[in-house]
Amino acid sequence: MPMTNNLDPAQRFTKTEFVVRKERIQSITKVLFAVMAISMIIPLLLIIGYLFYHALPSLSWEFLVEVPKKGMRDGGIWPAFVGTLYLVVISLAIAAPVGVFAAVYLNEYAKDNWFNRIIHLAVINLAGVPSIVHALFGLGAFVYAAEFGYSILSAALTLAIMTLPVIIASTREALASVPMPFREACWNVGASRWQTIRAVVVPNSISGILTGIILQVSRAAGETAPVMFTGAVFYKAVERGELFPYQLNEQCMALSMHLYTVATQVPNVKESIPYATAVVLLCSVLLVNAGAIALRVWLRNHKKW
Amino acid sequence: MEHSEKAIEIIDLRLSYGVKEVIHGLTFDIYRHEIFGIIGPAQSGKTSLLRCLNRTIDFESSATVSGTIRVDGSDIRRTKDIYALRRKIGMVAPLPVGLPLSIYDNVAFAPRSSGLTKKADLDSIVERCLKQAALWEEVKDRLHTLGTALSGGQQQRLTIARALSHQPRILCLDEFSIAIDPVTTMRIEDVLKELRKEITIILVTNLTQQARRLADRTMFLWNGDCVELDSTEIIFSDRPANSKTYEYVNGIFG
Ligand SMILES: Nc1ncnc2c1ncn2[C@@H]1O[C@H](COP(=O)(O)OP(=O)(O)OP(=O)(O)O)[C@@H](O)[C@H]1O
Ligand SMILES: [Mg+2]
Repeated sequence: MPMTNNLDPAQRFTKTEFVVRKERIQSITKVLFAVMAISMIIPLLLIIGYLFYHALPSLSWEFLVEVPKKGMRDGGIWPAFVGTLYLVVISLAIAAPVGVFAAVYLNEYAKDNWFNRIIHLAVINLAGVPSIVHALFGLGAFVYAAEFGYSILSAALTLAIMTLPVIIASTREALASVPMPFREACWNVGASRWQTIRAVVVPNSISGILTGIILQVSRAAGETAPVMFTGAVFYKAVERGELFPYQLNEQCMALSMHLYTVATQVPNVKESIPYATAVVLLCSVLLVNAGAIALRVWLRNHKKW
Repeated sequence: MEHSEKAIEIIDLRLSYGVKEVIHGLTFDIYRHEIFGIIGPAQSGKTSLLRCLNRTIDFESSATVSGTIRVDGSDIRRTKDIYALRRKIGMVAPLPVGLPLSIYDNVAFAPRSSGLTKKADLDSIVERCLKQAALWEEVKDRLHTLGTALSGGQQQRLTIARALSHQPRILCLDEFSIAIDPVTTMRIEDVLKELRKEITIILVTNLTQQARRLADRTMFLWNGDCVELDSTEIIFSDRPANSKTYEYVNGIFG
Protein backbone atom coordinates (compact mmCIF):
# COMPACT_ATOMS: atom_id res chain seq x y z
CA MET A 1 0.00 0.00 0.00
CA PRO A 2 1.44 3.46 -0.89
CA MET A 3 2.66 5.56 1.98
CA THR A 4 0.65 8.64 1.16
CA ASN A 5 -2.65 6.97 1.82
CA ASN A 6 -1.75 6.59 5.46
CA LEU A 7 -0.99 10.24 5.91
CA ASP A 8 -3.30 12.59 7.67
CA PRO A 9 -4.98 14.64 4.90
CA ALA A 10 -3.83 17.88 6.47
CA GLN A 11 -0.25 16.78 6.17
CA ARG A 12 -0.31 15.93 2.51
CA PHE A 13 -0.07 19.57 1.54
CA THR A 14 2.52 20.77 4.04
CA LYS A 15 5.26 22.79 2.43
CA THR A 16 8.43 20.98 1.65
CA GLU A 17 11.84 22.55 2.08
CA PHE A 18 11.88 23.23 -1.64
CA VAL A 19 8.58 25.08 -1.73
CA VAL A 20 9.53 27.22 1.24
CA ARG A 21 12.75 28.27 -0.43
CA LYS A 22 11.02 29.04 -3.69
CA GLU A 23 8.49 31.23 -1.97
CA ARG A 24 11.19 33.07 -0.09
CA ILE A 25 13.10 33.83 -3.29
CA GLN A 26 9.91 34.99 -4.89
CA SER A 27 9.08 37.44 -2.14
CA ILE A 28 12.63 38.79 -2.11
CA THR A 29 12.58 39.47 -5.86
CA LYS A 30 9.20 41.09 -5.53
CA VAL A 31 10.48 43.50 -2.89
CA LEU A 32 13.58 44.16 -4.97
CA PHE A 33 11.61 45.14 -8.05
CA ALA A 34 9.24 47.26 -6.01
CA VAL A 35 12.18 49.12 -4.52
CA MET A 36 13.61 49.77 -7.97
CA ALA A 37 10.30 51.02 -9.27
CA ILE A 38 9.92 53.35 -6.31
CA SER A 39 13.48 54.61 -6.58
CA MET A 40 12.65 55.66 -10.11
CA ILE A 41 9.96 57.96 -8.81
CA ILE A 42 12.00 59.45 -5.98
CA PRO A 43 14.26 61.64 -8.15
CA LEU A 44 11.21 62.95 -9.97
CA LEU A 45 9.45 63.80 -6.72
CA LEU A 46 12.65 65.34 -5.39
CA ILE A 47 13.00 67.56 -8.43
CA ILE A 48 9.42 68.72 -8.24
CA GLY A 49 9.63 69.27 -4.48
CA TYR A 50 12.92 71.12 -4.77
CA LEU A 51 11.59 73.36 -7.55
CA PHE A 52 8.42 74.21 -5.68
CA TYR A 53 10.28 74.85 -2.46
CA HIS A 54 12.54 77.42 -4.08
CA ALA A 55 9.85 78.87 -6.30
CA LEU A 56 7.33 79.40 -3.54
CA PRO A 57 8.08 83.08 -2.79
CA SER A 58 7.30 84.00 -6.40
CA LEU A 59 4.51 81.62 -7.23
CA SER A 60 1.23 83.38 -7.74
CA TRP A 61 -1.27 84.18 -10.45
CA GLU A 62 0.45 87.54 -10.72
CA PHE A 63 3.71 85.87 -11.65
CA LEU A 64 2.06 84.23 -14.65
CA VAL A 65 0.26 87.26 -16.06
CA GLU A 66 2.72 90.02 -15.11
CA VAL A 67 5.49 91.22 -17.40
CA PRO A 68 9.16 91.18 -16.32
CA LYS A 69 10.30 94.31 -14.55
CA LYS A 70 13.55 95.96 -13.52
CA GLY A 71 15.59 94.22 -16.20
CA MET A 72 14.10 90.77 -15.45
CA ARG A 73 14.88 91.05 -11.76
CA ASP A 74 11.24 91.33 -10.77
CA GLY A 75 7.73 90.91 -12.14
CA GLY A 76 6.40 87.90 -14.03
CA ILE A 77 6.77 85.86 -17.20
CA TRP A 78 3.71 86.61 -19.32
CA PRO A 79 5.54 87.48 -22.57
CA ALA A 80 7.58 84.26 -22.36
CA PHE A 81 4.52 82.16 -21.57
CA VAL A 82 2.54 83.54 -24.48
CA GLY A 83 5.59 83.24 -26.72
CA THR A 84 5.94 79.55 -25.94
CA LEU A 85 2.22 79.13 -26.58
CA TYR A 86 2.61 80.78 -29.98
CA LEU A 87 5.60 78.63 -30.91
CA VAL A 88 4.02 75.36 -29.83
CA VAL A 89 0.66 75.97 -31.46
CA ILE A 90 2.08 77.21 -34.77
CA SER A 91 4.75 74.54 -35.03
CA LEU A 92 2.28 71.74 -34.34
CA ALA A 93 -0.30 73.26 -36.68
CA ILE A 94 2.35 72.74 -39.36
CA ALA A 95 3.91 69.49 -38.24
CA ALA A 96 0.78 67.54 -37.27
CA PRO A 97 -1.08 67.58 -40.61
CA VAL A 98 2.06 67.11 -42.66
CA GLY A 99 3.26 64.33 -40.39
CA VAL A 100 -0.05 62.49 -40.30
CA PHE A 101 -0.54 62.64 -44.07
CA ALA A 102 3.03 61.55 -44.66
CA ALA A 103 2.56 58.63 -42.31
CA VAL A 104 -0.71 57.64 -43.98
CA TYR A 105 1.03 57.68 -47.32
CA LEU A 106 4.00 55.67 -46.09
CA ASN A 107 1.93 53.10 -44.24
CA GLU A 108 -1.12 52.74 -46.45
CA TYR A 109 -0.14 53.62 -50.01
CA ALA A 110 3.62 53.23 -50.44
CA LYS A 111 4.82 50.00 -51.98
CA ASP A 112 7.57 48.15 -50.21
CA ASN A 113 10.40 49.18 -52.53
CA TRP A 114 13.87 50.61 -52.00
CA PHE A 115 12.74 54.21 -52.42
CA ASN A 116 10.17 54.01 -49.65
CA ARG A 117 12.52 52.05 -47.45
CA ILE A 118 15.01 54.88 -47.75
CA ILE A 119 12.32 57.38 -46.78
CA HIS A 120 11.46 55.23 -43.79
CA LEU A 121 15.11 55.07 -42.78
CA ALA A 122 15.50 58.81 -43.21
CA VAL A 123 12.50 59.51 -40.98
CA ILE A 124 13.82 57.29 -38.23
CA ASN A 125 17.24 58.86 -38.37
CA LEU A 126 15.88 62.39 -38.47
CA ALA A 127 14.01 61.63 -35.27
CA GLY A 128 17.38 61.15 -33.60
CA VAL A 129 19.09 64.32 -34.80
CA PRO A 130 20.11 66.54 -31.84
CA SER A 131 18.07 69.70 -31.43
CA ILE A 132 21.11 71.97 -31.76
CA VAL A 133 21.57 70.66 -35.29
CA HIS A 134 17.94 71.43 -36.08
CA ALA A 135 18.61 74.88 -34.64
CA LEU A 136 21.49 75.46 -37.04
CA PHE A 137 19.45 74.14 -39.93
CA GLY A 138 16.60 76.48 -39.04
CA LEU A 139 18.98 79.40 -38.86
CA GLY A 140 20.37 78.66 -42.30
CA ALA A 141 17.16 77.63 -44.01
CA PHE A 142 14.46 79.86 -42.58
CA VAL A 143 16.24 82.89 -41.13
CA TYR A 144 18.72 83.40 -43.98
CA ALA A 145 17.84 81.39 -47.08
CA ALA A 146 14.07 81.89 -46.93
CA GLU A 147 14.59 85.38 -45.53
CA PHE A 148 12.01 85.06 -42.78
CA GLY A 149 14.56 86.68 -40.48
CA TYR A 150 14.66 86.11 -36.76
CA SER A 151 10.95 85.61 -36.22
CA ILE A 152 8.24 83.49 -34.70
CA LEU A 153 7.70 81.98 -38.15
CA SER A 154 11.32 80.83 -38.42
CA ALA A 155 11.30 79.44 -34.90
CA ALA A 156 7.99 77.63 -35.36
CA LEU A 157 9.14 76.14 -38.66
CA THR A 158 12.33 74.96 -37.01
CA LEU A 159 10.35 73.33 -34.22
CA ALA A 160 8.04 71.79 -36.82
CA ILE A 161 10.99 70.25 -38.66
CA MET A 162 12.26 68.94 -35.36
CA THR A 163 8.98 67.32 -34.31
CA LEU A 164 7.90 66.10 -37.75
CA PRO A 165 9.90 62.86 -37.92
CA VAL A 166 8.73 61.80 -34.48
CA ILE A 167 5.12 62.49 -35.41
CA ILE A 168 5.53 60.49 -38.61
CA ALA A 169 7.07 57.59 -36.72
CA SER A 170 4.44 57.51 -33.96
CA THR A 171 1.57 57.89 -36.43
CA ARG A 172 2.91 55.06 -38.55
CA GLU A 173 3.11 52.88 -35.51
CA ALA A 174 -0.50 53.69 -34.63
CA LEU A 175 -1.66 52.92 -38.18
CA ALA A 176 0.29 49.71 -38.33
CA SER A 177 -1.42 48.47 -35.19
CA VAL A 178 -4.74 48.25 -37.06
CA PRO A 179 -5.00 44.59 -38.10
CA MET A 180 -4.53 43.84 -41.80
CA PRO A 181 -7.70 41.69 -42.11
CA PHE A 182 -9.82 44.81 -41.48
CA ARG A 183 -8.33 46.43 -44.56
CA GLU A 184 -8.68 43.26 -46.63
CA ALA A 185 -12.33 42.94 -45.64
CA CYS A 186 -12.95 46.46 -46.91
CA TRP A 187 -11.07 45.91 -50.16
CA ASN A 188 -12.98 42.71 -50.76
CA VAL A 189 -16.28 44.57 -50.89
CA GLY A 190 -14.96 47.09 -53.36
CA ALA A 191 -13.92 49.94 -51.11
CA SER A 192 -11.03 52.07 -52.28
CA ARG A 193 -7.96 52.60 -50.17
CA TRP A 194 -9.14 56.02 -49.15
CA GLN A 195 -12.58 54.75 -48.12
CA THR A 196 -10.89 52.05 -46.11
CA ILE A 197 -8.59 54.53 -44.39
CA ARG A 198 -11.45 56.84 -43.55
CA ALA A 199 -13.91 54.22 -42.36
CA VAL A 200 -11.70 51.78 -40.54
CA VAL A 201 -8.00 52.59 -40.29
CA VAL A 202 -7.99 56.12 -38.90
CA PRO A 203 -10.93 55.74 -36.50
CA ASN A 204 -9.15 52.81 -34.93
CA SER A 205 -5.76 54.41 -34.60
CA ILE A 206 -6.81 57.92 -33.69
CA SER A 207 -5.89 57.56 -30.02
CA GLY A 208 -2.33 56.56 -30.88
CA ILE A 209 -2.05 59.30 -33.49
CA LEU A 210 -3.26 62.01 -31.11
CA THR A 211 -1.08 60.96 -28.20
CA GLY A 212 1.93 60.90 -30.49
CA ILE A 213 1.22 64.47 -31.52
CA ILE A 214 0.47 65.76 -28.04
CA LEU A 215 3.65 64.30 -26.62
CA GLN A 216 5.51 66.53 -29.06
CA VAL A 217 4.01 69.57 -27.34
CA SER A 218 6.31 69.06 -24.39
CA ARG A 219 9.28 68.71 -26.68
CA ALA A 220 8.49 71.84 -28.62
CA ALA A 221 7.88 73.77 -25.42
CA GLY A 222 11.03 72.61 -23.69
CA GLU A 223 13.69 72.91 -26.38
CA THR A 224 15.88 76.00 -26.06
CA ALA A 225 18.44 75.87 -28.83
CA PRO A 226 16.08 75.81 -31.85
CA VAL A 227 14.16 78.89 -30.73
CA MET A 228 17.22 80.72 -29.43
CA PHE A 229 18.89 80.46 -32.83
CA THR A 230 15.89 81.45 -34.88
CA GLY A 231 13.42 83.71 -33.17
CA ALA A 232 13.38 83.95 -29.40
CA VAL A 233 14.67 87.09 -27.78
CA PHE A 234 15.95 88.12 -24.44
CA TYR A 235 13.28 90.75 -23.86
CA LYS A 236 10.23 92.00 -25.61
CA ALA A 237 7.90 94.67 -24.32
CA VAL A 238 4.39 93.27 -23.96
CA GLU A 239 1.30 94.45 -22.11
CA ARG A 240 0.38 92.62 -18.95
CA GLY A 241 -1.97 89.73 -19.73
CA GLU A 242 -2.22 90.63 -23.42
CA LEU A 243 -3.38 87.59 -25.41
CA PHE A 244 -2.11 88.35 -28.91
CA PRO A 245 0.99 90.46 -28.43
CA TYR A 246 3.09 89.10 -31.30
CA GLN A 247 3.11 89.19 -35.10
CA LEU A 248 4.39 86.21 -37.10
CA ASN A 249 7.37 88.15 -38.40
CA GLU A 250 8.38 89.44 -34.98
CA GLN A 251 10.60 87.86 -32.44
CA CYS A 252 9.13 86.63 -29.19
CA MET A 253 10.13 85.55 -25.75
CA ALA A 254 9.93 81.88 -24.78
CA LEU A 255 9.85 80.11 -21.44
CA SER A 256 12.83 77.86 -22.07
CA MET A 257 14.95 80.74 -23.29
CA HIS A 258 13.73 82.96 -20.44
CA LEU A 259 14.71 80.36 -17.90
CA TYR A 260 18.15 80.17 -19.42
CA THR A 261 18.60 83.96 -19.35
CA VAL A 262 17.37 84.61 -15.82
CA ALA A 263 19.36 81.70 -14.49
CA THR A 264 22.67 82.49 -16.14
CA GLN A 265 22.76 85.87 -17.88
CA VAL A 266 21.20 88.38 -15.51
CA PRO A 267 23.05 89.28 -12.29
CA ASN A 268 21.25 89.73 -8.98
CA VAL A 269 17.96 88.13 -9.97
CA LYS A 270 15.59 87.36 -7.15
CA GLU A 271 16.42 83.75 -6.33
CA SER A 272 12.90 82.42 -6.69
CA ILE A 273 12.30 83.72 -10.24
CA PRO A 274 14.19 81.06 -12.22
CA TYR A 275 12.60 78.35 -10.12
CA ALA A 276 9.14 79.75 -10.58
CA THR A 277 9.75 79.93 -14.34
CA ALA A 278 10.77 76.29 -14.31
CA VAL A 279 7.66 75.38 -12.34
CA VAL A 280 5.43 77.09 -14.91
CA LEU A 281 7.18 75.30 -17.78
CA LEU A 282 7.03 71.96 -16.00
CA CYS A 283 3.40 72.32 -14.98
CA SER A 284 2.25 73.34 -18.45
CA VAL A 285 4.01 70.34 -19.94
CA LEU A 286 2.68 67.96 -17.29
CA LEU A 287 -0.80 69.35 -17.79
CA VAL A 288 -0.66 68.72 -21.52
CA ASN A 289 0.70 65.22 -20.95
CA ALA A 290 -2.05 64.49 -18.45
CA GLY A 291 -4.52 65.66 -21.06
CA ALA A 292 -2.96 63.23 -23.53
CA ILE A 293 -3.29 60.36 -21.08
CA ALA A 294 -6.90 61.23 -20.31
CA LEU A 295 -7.68 61.40 -24.02
CA ARG A 296 -6.02 58.07 -24.56
CA VAL A 297 -7.99 56.43 -21.78
CA TRP A 298 -11.22 57.92 -23.07
CA LEU A 299 -10.57 56.76 -26.61
CA ARG A 300 -9.43 53.35 -25.45
CA ASN A 301 -12.70 52.88 -23.62
CA HIS A 302 -14.45 53.66 -26.88
CA LYS A 303 -12.25 51.34 -28.85
CA LYS A 304 -14.15 48.93 -30.98
CA TRP A 305 -12.38 45.66 -31.05
CA MET B 1 -27.59 20.56 -66.14
CA GLU B 2 -27.16 23.08 -68.91
CA HIS B 3 -23.58 24.35 -68.95
CA SER B 4 -23.77 26.89 -71.66
CA GLU B 5 -22.70 30.16 -70.15
CA LYS B 6 -19.34 30.70 -68.55
CA ALA B 7 -19.21 32.92 -65.48
CA ILE B 8 -15.46 32.73 -65.19
CA GLU B 9 -12.84 31.60 -67.65
CA ILE B 10 -9.33 30.99 -66.41
CA ILE B 11 -6.58 30.40 -68.93
CA ASP B 12 -3.08 29.36 -67.92
CA LEU B 13 -3.13 31.24 -64.64
CA ARG B 14 0.21 31.41 -62.90
CA LEU B 15 0.96 33.15 -59.65
CA SER B 16 4.21 33.62 -57.80
CA TYR B 17 5.12 35.32 -54.56
CA GLY B 18 8.61 36.65 -55.17
CA VAL B 19 10.42 33.82 -56.92
CA LYS B 20 8.22 31.07 -55.50
CA GLU B 21 5.54 30.01 -57.93
CA VAL B 22 2.46 28.77 -56.07
CA ILE B 23 -0.02 28.32 -58.93
CA HIS B 24 1.42 26.57 -61.94
CA GLY B 25 -0.81 27.20 -64.89
CA LEU B 26 -4.47 26.54 -64.22
CA THR B 27 -6.99 26.44 -67.03
CA PHE B 28 -10.66 25.87 -66.31
CA ASP B 29 -14.10 27.42 -66.59
CA ILE B 30 -16.77 28.04 -64.02
CA TYR B 31 -20.31 27.98 -65.30
CA ARG B 32 -23.16 30.21 -64.37
CA HIS B 33 -25.40 29.04 -61.54
CA GLU B 34 -23.20 26.21 -60.47
CA ILE B 35 -21.61 25.58 -57.14
CA PHE B 36 -17.97 25.00 -57.90
CA GLY B 37 -16.12 23.17 -55.17
CA ILE B 38 -12.38 23.50 -54.68
CA ILE B 39 -10.73 21.03 -52.34
CA GLY B 40 -7.11 20.48 -51.56
CA PRO B 41 -4.67 20.26 -48.68
CA ALA B 42 -3.22 23.30 -46.92
CA GLN B 43 -0.82 25.46 -48.92
CA SER B 44 -2.20 24.28 -52.23
CA GLY B 45 -3.04 27.80 -53.37
CA LYS B 46 -6.81 27.89 -52.90
CA THR B 47 -6.90 31.24 -51.14
CA SER B 48 -4.38 32.68 -53.56
CA LEU B 49 -6.55 31.60 -56.48
CA LEU B 50 -9.55 33.42 -55.05
CA ARG B 51 -7.48 36.53 -54.47
CA CYS B 52 -6.56 36.52 -58.15
CA LEU B 53 -10.24 36.52 -59.12
CA ASN B 54 -11.12 39.82 -57.47
CA ARG B 55 -7.63 41.21 -57.91
CA THR B 56 -7.03 41.81 -54.24
CA ILE B 57 -3.77 40.06 -55.05
CA ASP B 58 -2.76 43.49 -56.37
CA PHE B 59 -2.26 44.59 -52.78
CA GLU B 60 0.43 41.95 -52.33
CA SER B 61 3.51 43.70 -53.62
CA SER B 62 5.54 40.51 -54.04
CA ALA B 63 2.90 38.74 -56.13
CA THR B 64 3.08 38.47 -59.91
CA VAL B 65 0.21 37.04 -61.90
CA SER B 66 0.23 35.86 -65.49
CA GLY B 67 -2.42 34.29 -67.66
CA THR B 68 -5.94 35.41 -68.37
CA ILE B 69 -9.03 35.55 -66.19
CA ARG B 70 -12.33 36.53 -67.74
CA VAL B 71 -15.33 37.32 -65.60
CA ASP B 72 -18.56 37.53 -67.58
CA GLY B 73 -16.48 37.48 -70.72
CA SER B 74 -14.28 40.48 -69.97
CA ASP B 75 -10.64 40.30 -69.03
CA ILE B 76 -10.25 41.45 -65.44
CA ARG B 77 -6.90 42.97 -66.16
CA ARG B 78 -8.44 45.34 -68.66
CA THR B 79 -11.31 46.27 -66.42
CA LYS B 80 -11.85 49.98 -66.05
CA ASP B 81 -13.51 49.89 -62.69
CA ILE B 82 -11.68 47.60 -60.31
CA TYR B 83 -14.14 48.40 -57.51
CA ALA B 84 -17.09 47.33 -59.63
CA LEU B 85 -15.28 44.06 -60.32
CA ARG B 86 -14.76 43.47 -56.62
CA ARG B 87 -18.43 44.17 -55.97
CA LYS B 88 -19.35 41.68 -58.65
CA ILE B 89 -17.47 39.04 -56.68
CA GLY B 90 -18.44 38.46 -53.06
CA MET B 91 -15.60 37.17 -50.93
CA VAL B 92 -15.85 35.45 -47.56
CA ALA B 93 -12.54 34.99 -45.80
CA PRO B 94 -11.80 31.91 -43.66
CA LEU B 95 -11.52 33.80 -40.40
CA PRO B 96 -14.44 35.98 -39.38
CA VAL B 97 -13.69 39.68 -39.62
CA GLY B 98 -16.32 41.91 -38.14
CA LEU B 99 -15.30 45.43 -38.98
CA PRO B 100 -15.13 47.66 -35.91
CA LEU B 101 -18.41 49.28 -36.89
CA SER B 102 -21.98 48.58 -35.87
CA ILE B 103 -23.68 45.48 -37.28
CA TYR B 104 -25.77 47.69 -39.51
CA ASP B 105 -22.75 49.62 -40.78
CA ASN B 106 -20.87 46.40 -41.40
CA VAL B 107 -23.48 45.31 -43.90
CA ALA B 108 -24.20 48.79 -45.23
CA PHE B 109 -20.51 49.50 -45.76
CA ALA B 110 -20.27 48.14 -49.29
CA PRO B 111 -23.46 49.74 -50.66
CA ARG B 112 -22.41 53.01 -49.09
CA SER B 113 -18.94 52.94 -50.58
CA SER B 114 -20.50 52.42 -53.97
CA GLY B 115 -22.51 55.59 -53.45
CA LEU B 116 -25.85 54.43 -52.10
CA THR B 117 -27.15 56.76 -49.39
CA LYS B 118 -30.92 56.36 -49.20
CA LYS B 119 -31.83 55.08 -45.75
CA ALA B 120 -34.74 52.97 -46.93
CA ASP B 121 -32.62 51.19 -49.55
CA LEU B 122 -29.88 50.52 -47.05
CA ASP B 123 -32.38 49.22 -44.50
CA SER B 124 -33.80 46.72 -46.92
CA ILE B 125 -30.35 45.56 -48.07
CA VAL B 126 -29.24 45.06 -44.47
CA GLU B 127 -32.32 43.08 -43.63
CA ARG B 128 -32.19 40.91 -46.74
CA CYS B 129 -28.49 40.09 -46.36
CA LEU B 130 -28.68 39.33 -42.67
CA LYS B 131 -31.63 37.04 -43.36
CA GLN B 132 -29.75 35.25 -46.12
CA ALA B 133 -26.80 34.76 -43.81
CA ALA B 134 -29.11 33.27 -41.14
CA LEU B 135 -28.21 36.01 -38.69
CA TRP B 136 -31.23 38.29 -38.77
CA GLU B 137 -33.19 36.65 -35.95
CA GLU B 138 -30.24 36.88 -33.58
CA VAL B 139 -29.32 40.50 -34.18
CA LYS B 140 -32.42 42.30 -35.40
CA ASP B 141 -32.89 44.02 -32.03
CA ARG B 142 -29.34 45.25 -31.73
CA LEU B 143 -28.32 46.33 -35.19
CA HIS B 144 -26.50 49.31 -33.79
CA THR B 145 -24.22 47.45 -31.44
CA LEU B 146 -20.68 46.63 -32.49
CA GLY B 147 -20.12 43.90 -35.04
CA THR B 148 -16.90 42.96 -33.28
CA ALA B 149 -18.84 42.14 -30.12
CA LEU B 150 -20.57 39.18 -31.77
CA SER B 151 -19.40 35.64 -31.23
CA GLY B 152 -16.99 34.15 -33.75
CA GLY B 153 -19.69 32.20 -35.55
CA GLN B 154 -22.00 35.20 -35.69
CA GLN B 155 -19.19 37.35 -37.03
CA GLN B 156 -18.60 34.81 -39.76
CA ARG B 157 -22.24 35.03 -40.78
CA LEU B 158 -21.90 38.80 -40.63
CA THR B 159 -19.02 38.44 -43.08
CA ILE B 160 -21.28 36.43 -45.37
CA ALA B 161 -23.99 39.07 -45.09
CA ARG B 162 -21.43 41.72 -45.99
CA ALA B 163 -20.29 39.73 -48.99
CA LEU B 164 -23.89 39.54 -50.20
CA SER B 165 -24.59 43.21 -49.55
CA HIS B 166 -23.17 44.41 -52.85
CA GLN B 167 -25.28 41.94 -54.81
CA PRO B 168 -22.43 39.92 -56.27
CA ARG B 169 -22.88 37.77 -59.36
CA ILE B 170 -20.31 35.34 -58.01
CA LEU B 171 -19.84 34.39 -54.39
CA CYS B 172 -16.52 32.96 -53.20
CA LEU B 173 -16.54 31.20 -49.87
CA ASP B 174 -13.12 30.37 -48.45
CA GLU B 175 -13.56 27.71 -45.79
CA PHE B 176 -16.51 29.62 -44.41
CA SER B 177 -17.53 27.03 -41.87
CA ILE B 178 -14.37 26.93 -39.76
CA ALA B 179 -15.90 29.08 -37.05
CA ILE B 180 -19.52 27.99 -37.35
CA ASP B 181 -21.34 25.23 -35.52
CA PRO B 182 -22.78 22.34 -37.57
CA VAL B 183 -26.42 23.39 -37.24
CA THR B 184 -25.78 26.89 -38.52
CA THR B 185 -23.50 25.49 -41.20
CA MET B 186 -26.41 23.41 -42.44
CA ARG B 187 -28.66 26.45 -42.47
CA ILE B 188 -26.15 28.39 -44.51
CA GLU B 189 -25.69 25.47 -46.86
CA ASP B 190 -29.45 25.56 -47.49
CA VAL B 191 -29.16 29.26 -48.20
CA LEU B 192 -26.38 28.55 -50.69
CA LYS B 193 -28.54 26.03 -52.50
CA GLU B 194 -31.19 28.70 -52.69
CA LEU B 195 -28.74 31.36 -53.85
CA ARG B 196 -27.37 29.34 -56.72
CA LYS B 197 -30.57 29.99 -58.63
CA GLU B 198 -29.41 33.56 -58.91
CA ILE B 199 -25.65 33.53 -58.66
CA THR B 200 -22.55 31.42 -59.12
CA ILE B 201 -20.83 30.06 -56.06
CA ILE B 202 -17.22 29.05 -55.60
CA LEU B 203 -16.82 26.97 -52.50
CA VAL B 204 -13.34 26.38 -51.12
CA THR B 205 -13.50 23.88 -48.35
CA ASN B 206 -11.40 21.62 -46.21
CA LEU B 207 -14.44 19.55 -45.39
CA THR B 208 -14.55 17.30 -48.41
CA GLN B 209 -18.01 16.15 -47.41
CA GLN B 210 -19.25 19.72 -47.71
CA ALA B 211 -18.10 19.84 -51.31
CA ARG B 212 -19.77 16.50 -51.83
CA ARG B 213 -23.05 17.77 -50.42
CA LEU B 214 -23.13 21.05 -52.30
CA ALA B 215 -20.90 21.23 -55.33
CA ASP B 216 -21.94 20.41 -58.87
CA ARG B 217 -18.37 20.09 -59.97
CA THR B 218 -15.29 19.81 -57.82
CA MET B 219 -11.67 20.60 -58.47
CA PHE B 220 -8.91 18.94 -56.53
CA LEU B 221 -6.04 21.39 -56.25
CA TRP B 222 -2.71 20.20 -55.01
CA ASN B 223 0.41 22.34 -54.69
CA GLY B 224 -0.83 24.79 -57.29
CA ASP B 225 -1.78 22.16 -59.86
CA CYS B 226 -5.21 20.97 -60.79
CA VAL B 227 -5.08 17.25 -60.18
CA GLU B 228 -8.60 16.59 -61.28
CA LEU B 229 -11.70 18.55 -62.19
CA ASP B 230 -14.91 16.73 -62.78
CA SER B 231 -18.47 16.45 -61.64
CA THR B 232 -18.73 15.90 -57.91
CA GLU B 233 -20.14 12.39 -58.28
CA ILE B 234 -17.06 11.28 -60.15
CA ILE B 235 -14.59 12.97 -57.82
CA PHE B 236 -16.19 11.26 -54.84
CA SER B 237 -16.82 7.98 -56.56
CA ASP B 238 -14.73 4.85 -56.13
CA ARG B 239 -12.74 5.48 -59.24
CA PRO B 240 -11.95 9.07 -60.08
CA ALA B 241 -9.52 9.56 -62.95
CA ASN B 242 -6.58 10.18 -60.67
CA SER B 243 -5.77 7.89 -57.77
CA LYS B 244 -4.50 10.85 -55.71
CA THR B 245 -7.99 12.25 -55.72
CA TYR B 246 -9.36 9.03 -54.33
CA GLU B 247 -6.72 9.01 -51.61
CA TYR B 248 -7.35 12.61 -50.66
CA VAL B 249 -11.12 12.48 -50.43
CA ASN B 250 -10.94 9.29 -48.48
CA GLY B 251 -8.37 10.63 -46.07
CA ILE B 252 -5.55 8.26 -46.93
CA PHE B 253 -3.34 10.91 -48.40
CA GLY B 254 0.32 10.38 -47.67
N1 LIG C 1 1.28 36.86 -48.90
C1 LIG C 1 2.05 35.82 -49.22
N2 LIG C 1 3.37 35.99 -49.42
C2 LIG C 1 4.14 34.94 -49.74
N3 LIG C 1 3.70 33.69 -49.88
C3 LIG C 1 2.39 33.45 -49.70
C4 LIG C 1 1.50 34.51 -49.36
N4 LIG C 1 0.26 34.00 -49.24
C5 LIG C 1 0.37 32.67 -49.50
N5 LIG C 1 1.65 32.34 -49.78
C6 LIG C 1 2.14 31.00 -50.13
O1 LIG C 1 1.38 30.55 -51.21
C7 LIG C 1 1.08 29.17 -51.03
C8 LIG C 1 -0.39 28.95 -51.17
O2 LIG C 1 -1.04 29.60 -50.09
P1 LIG C 1 -2.61 29.70 -49.96
O3 LIG C 1 -2.91 30.54 -48.77
O4 LIG C 1 -3.18 30.11 -51.25
O5 LIG C 1 -2.99 28.18 -49.66
P2 LIG C 1 -4.39 27.56 -49.26
O6 LIG C 1 -4.63 26.45 -50.22
O7 LIG C 1 -5.41 28.61 -49.14
O8 LIG C 1 -4.05 26.95 -47.85
P3 LIG C 1 -5.02 26.74 -46.60
O9 LIG C 1 -5.84 25.53 -46.88
O10 LIG C 1 -4.07 26.52 -45.48
O11 LIG C 1 -5.80 27.98 -46.46
C9 LIG C 1 1.66 28.77 -49.70
O12 LIG C 1 2.86 28.07 -49.95
C10 LIG C 1 1.93 30.04 -49.01
O13 LIG C 1 3.08 29.92 -48.22
MG1 LIG D 1 -6.60 29.31 -47.50
